[in-house]
Amino acid sequence: MFPFIRVGPFLLQLPGLALLAGIWIGSSLAEKEAARLKLNVAAVYNLIFFGLIAGVVGARLAYAARYLSAYLANPLGLLALTPATLSPNAGLVIGLAVAALFGWRKKLPLRPTLDALAPGLAAFMVTLGVAHIMSGDAFGAPAQLPWSIYLWDDYRHPSQIYETIAALVVFAVAWKRPLGQPGAGSNFLLVVALSVAARVLLEAFRGDSVIWPGGFRAAQVVGLLVLAAVLWLTKAWSQPAAPGPLFGEESLNTEAHQ
Amino acid sequence: MATAALLQDARRWTVLTLVVLILGAGWTFLSRVPPAVTTGGAPPANASPREGFSAPDFTLDLLGGGQVTLSELRGKVVVVNLWASWCPPCRAEMPAIEKVYRANKDRGLEVLAVNSTVQDSEADAAAFVQDFGLTFPIPLDRMGAVSNRYLLRALPSTYFIDRRGVIRTVVIGGPMSEAVIQSKVEDLLEEAP
Repeated sequence: MFPFIRVGPFLLQLPGLALLAGIWIGSSLAEKEAARLKLNVAAVYNLIFFGLIAGVVGARLAYAARYLSAYLANPLGLLALTPATLSPNAGLVIGLAVAALFGWRKKLPLRPTLDALAPGLAAFMVTLGVAHIMSGDAFGAPAQLPWSIYLWDDYRHPSQIYETIAALVVFAVAWKRPLGQPGAGSNFLLVVALSVAARVLLEAFRGDSVIWPGGFRAAQVVGLLVLAAVLWLTKAWSQPAAPGPLFGEESLNTEAHQ
Repeated sequence: MATAALLQDARRWTVLTLVVLILGAGWTFLSRVPPAVTTGGAPPANASPREGFSAPDFTLDLLGGGQVTLSELRGKVVVVNLWASWCPPCRAEMPAIEKVYRANKDRGLEVLAVNSTVQDSEADAAAFVQDFGLTFPIPLDRMGAVSNRYLLRALPSTYFIDRRGVIRTVVIGGPMSEAVIQSKVEDLLEEAP
């Protein structure tokens, strides 16, 4: 694990760089897919951009709100570069809300937009696995196996490598679009379903699971609920008389090619 | 395609969904664990310099005389900050650490500002401490043992340790602002000893 390298006066956080690369690759793939689906490419790009910015700013503001007196006394602390002062869950919710609001205002059709995001999301999940390899986060449970890695003072499952391989498989499947029906939302649901299924499977080998009463791993329980919802939605969206787009009425936009 | 055809057959899709969910539920049940096996539960027995693990113990000589052992501070919230006098971000953040220390010392906060003496000098460290008027203990890592044990890759590196001796946050690099440091110790100080 090599989480940091120093280049002159700068301390580069490699996992952070891997995630930035993932965002860049994911955005590029989403743009290409948006063009293929004849969506407004600029609007899809901006949806990602504003969602990310809102997510990061929201995560910092939500963290600062928890420690209001400290940040009121020292407001410049809001600009700190450390990721340790972010509230990831709040950032995720705020980022998704802003992206959804942006999509609604730009009248982006929901299902084709989600399909446009699918390969980019799958690619980002690969880089998330790579970031975990670099940082040693999402580490495995102790295990004496021929392929165990020595990490954090113990021999462990190489859970980060499992995660990366699974993400590569999901990406390869997403790239082939086996469910057909381009723009129907099914490719996005497939990426989510496979990613969640992989998490349910691989969480069993993790050493940092949050445990709920009864010894159940929280990520597996939540993952199963999400998987059930996605499988139901996949079937519902495959019906010919499926409901119209939620973001707006404009189904396809040729503006991107103008 | 076969997968697409599967979607058109309601009965087969329902069967597939049920099989997937039953297998998933079975796997979830089989992979239950006692809470202490993961860092999401009780503090793990082994020590490692990352969040969720017990802080690796050390005993070091102090600048000005005496010794300190980390494990003897159990029951207090401890901030271990690794620094060197030549490191600009260390210089930038030390006044903020001192300010937070003074404000929270009576609530049970302890700061161990471990000087990475193996890549510094005691004379420079002493001058640094005097310049900034630091009042917390300054352990001297003369042989680099703590730097090695804490996998030091960059200065400054800061470890926020709770009253049970578990590392709760690691901040690599700096400088940390006063708000960042105060927010990191606030929850830990609120926890019962």
